[in-house]
Amino acid sequence: MADSVEPPPLFENVDMKREEAEDDDLFESAVQSQPSANLCLEEDGHDLLNGDSDIGEEIDKLMLNDKSEMENVPINNQSTIATPTMEEVEAEGGDQFIEITITEPQKVGDGMGAYMAYRVLTHTNMPFFKKREFAVMRRFSDFLGLHDKLTEKYLKVGRIIPPAPEKNVIGKAKIKMAQSEQAGNGSDFIERRRAALERYLRRTSQHPVLIVDPDFREFLECDIELPKATNTSALSGAGVMRFINKVGETVNKITYKMEETDPWFENKLVHVEGLENQLRKLHYNVEAMVSYRKELANLTNGVSRSAAMLSVCEDHNLLSRALSQLADTEEKVEAVHMEQANTDFYILCEMLKDYLGLLGSVRDAFHERTKMFQLWQHSQQMLTKKREAKAKLELQGRTDKVDQAGVEVIEWEAKVERSQESFDRISKMIKLEMDRFEKCRIQDFKVTFIKYLENHMEHQAQLVKYWDDFLPEAKAIA
Amino acid sequence: MGDRVMGDDGTVSLTDNSLIVDISDALSEKDKVKFTVHTRTTLKNFNKPEFHVVRQHEEFIWLHDRYEENPVYAGYIIPPPPPRPNFDASREKLQRLGEGEGTMTKEEFNKMKQELEAYEFPEYLATFKKTVAMHEVFLTRLASHVMFREDEHLHVFLEFDQDLCARPRGRFQQFGGFVKSLGSTTDQYYLNVTVRDVHDFFEKQMNSLTEYHGKLKEGTVKTDKMTEKHKEVADSYIKISGGLVQLANIDPGPLDKYLMKVADGFEKARKLESRVASDEDLKLADTLRYYMRDSQAAMALLVRRLKCLATYEAANRALERARQKNKDIHAAEKAQTEACERFDSISTQAKEELLDFKTRRLHAFRKSLIELAELEIKHARTQQDLFKKSLQNLQELM
Repeated sequence: MADSVEPPPLFENVDMKREEAEDDDLFESAVQSQPSANLCLEEDGHDLLNGDSDIGEEIDKLMLNDKSEMENVPINNQSTIATPTMEEVEAEGGDQFIEITITEPQKVGDGMGAYMAYRVLTHTNMPFFKKREFAVMRRFSDFLGLHDKLTEKYLKVGRIIPPAPEKNVIGKAKIKMAQSEQAGNGSDFIERRRAALERYLRRTSQHPVLIVDPDFREFLECDIELPKATNTSALSGAGVMRFINKVGETVNKITYKMEETDPWFENKLVHVEGLENQLRKLHYNVEAMVSYRKELANLTNGVSRSAAMLSVCEDHNLLSRALSQLADTEEKVEAVHMEQANTDFYILCEMLKDYLGLLGSVRDAFHERTKMFQLWQHSQQMLTKKREAKAKLELQGRTDKVDQAGVEVIEWEAKVERSQESFDRISKMIKLEMDRFEKCRIQDFKVTFIKYLENHMEHQAQLVKYWDDFLPEAKAIA
Repeated sequence: MGDRVMGDDGTVSLTDNSLIVDISDALSEKDKVKFTVHTRTTLKNFNKPEFHVVRQHEEFIWLHDRYEENPVYAGYIIPPPPPRPNFDASREKLQRLGEGEGTMTKEEFNKMKQELEAYEFPEYLATFKKTVAMHEVFLTRLASHVMFREDEHLHVFLEFDQDLCARPRGRFQQFGGFVKSLGSTTDQYYLNVTVRDVHDFFEKQMNSLTEYHGKLKEGTVKTDKMTEKHKEVADSYIKISGGLVQLANIDPGPLDKYLMKVADGFEKARKLESRVASDEDLKLADTLRYYMRDSQAAMALLVRRLKCLATYEAANRALERARQKNKDIHAAEKAQTEACERFDSISTQAKEELLDFKTRRLHAFRKSLIELAELEIKHARTQQDLFKKSLQNLQELM
């Protein structure tokens, strides 16, 4: 919920124009930061990124106010994140591209303190990067840390943040225990993780707002070791806190029923839930197919060996030779099955899994809106209370306290106005994000299935070749 | 000696020494299969030139056992009996359909019916065809063998239109028991043979056959496992195809047509993949299986020969004793001569049979491997084309 919102660090090493920090009081900045669209149109995209640095001061001011939970939420905070709207950034970036690849997983260190480092290589022509091609080494917790930062900044305004790859404690422990680099189980796990991290960065980089985020850019291009994001460790104190908060959130999601004024959101949520259900089933079935195919590959190997043994105890020369060729062919077929299983997994299965995660992020954004709504309702209730209190004091003739009550009423009127604006803003934002999300999803699915079928087709072509090579051997018998 | 003659007008007529047997029909009932054995013949010892009877699996076994126990055929490889028909799995599913009619909703019933018609029934049919083929091969081998075709049990089997002897369960145990005793009797006879086997050839044969049989058995088991798993892979496509359809249904928009096309692709691929599994089973597994049984029959022949050798040895010893005691020499001489003749003839025959076995095996493997390769190529090409077409369709929808 509304816990430790750390101000984003200021970057001295980022080469951007800087706006002067605005020392406004609460109300002025609230008024000023109306549709951020207006601001954007005048200025160059770069300057808006500085919006983050203002937040620090705003928050400090807010913390001095009421201590009750709801009221401690710095309502202003959202309004001053003057991030560029997606339309502007996308309009600019017509022929801009960015390509991120993750290579060379390397084990760093020894024993339990060891970890895997991944090389993140970026090719881009986007102007706000310092170079066109650059690479850095990052470890898994860095990725998680990045995700946390992005979530903190953008989830509140209703953006859909791609989720980071899951931690898998068992797999990781296996890596640490592995004596050699070539441990079979380990390398599968590493490859799976590498691919997942790559997809994660690519998805994030496709988001026109996230790509320009300073934390994201730093992640990609700053060739320094990032401060270890210790609170991403599953077993740390912060990890436990995060877990507790998550539980709290879940309870909130279940118990609070929002009166929906806009049917769009209700329909969308139903659609999202439907998608989740079907994707979950589909993912399960594709996983089953992957495991069957892997088993098939192993069993094909068994047949290959049997054929080889038959060849040995076969005394007729030509038949013996043919059987030996059969053994070879089956071995090649085994390799094709294995390749196909990998295709099934990395292209199809993982994509479905990714989308289950992404739909989770969608729900998170929707939930933020619900929280905004709660906030707004709460403010309205408080306003009513304060008004009643003031009226009561007036009746009682307590002129000394009436002024104070009046001030409070005005305060809460402003809060109601701001929270309503925030709610409207997040509602608009979510609609925009969903629009982009759906476009991406549709494109993603289409491209993925095509890739999948192309691979499948190639594998069948290989089978044709192998059996074609075998046929003359069979004909040569006797 | 041919059974058939091609006439000028392309008709097939029998020579005057023909015996042609086939299984013209088969009916699968609750837990048994009834084969209609159809015979065409010009041999004099039959009542009619064409006739048919209905036989069940146990009667085939009965016939096999009659050959196996006949000392006249001791020197021959007796064709292995067909395996027991086993459609339990497929039959269960089809039965469920019939029974479930009352308990399922119309939708569920139709869906199950569709699935069964599209997938289970063809499998059932394939299994059924296979078992018919195996029973048929057994009979045609007998009918075309110069010695076996004359046997009166075969004639009874083909012509007698009543049930043959009661189906004693004991027969199975016997058959199984015979196989088991193969091991122990071999040792027994080896121990009894005091004279080294005069023909090294046979000892080598026995060893290599045993090894070969073992490898064939292993190959059969492994191939069966592989084809079973292959079917599982193919079947997994069904669920995926269904899942894609459901996804399309709840996701109206630019994606639903696309997903339906992909679902279609999966379903077609499933049929092909399934056929690959079936053909691997038919061409590879069945060949290995058949020759596993045949090599077992060959080993049985060698054991019979050893039995004969032991008898010959015993007769030799008896003759010696008789000569010593100077009693019943003539009888002993006669017995010894007979045993010697029997042993010689069985050895000669066995040698021929083993060479014939080799040739048969060679041709069978050649044929099967060629067919296997051709079918694998065919199916892989078809799948390749299928995906190509799917991709074209999808590109159009992009």
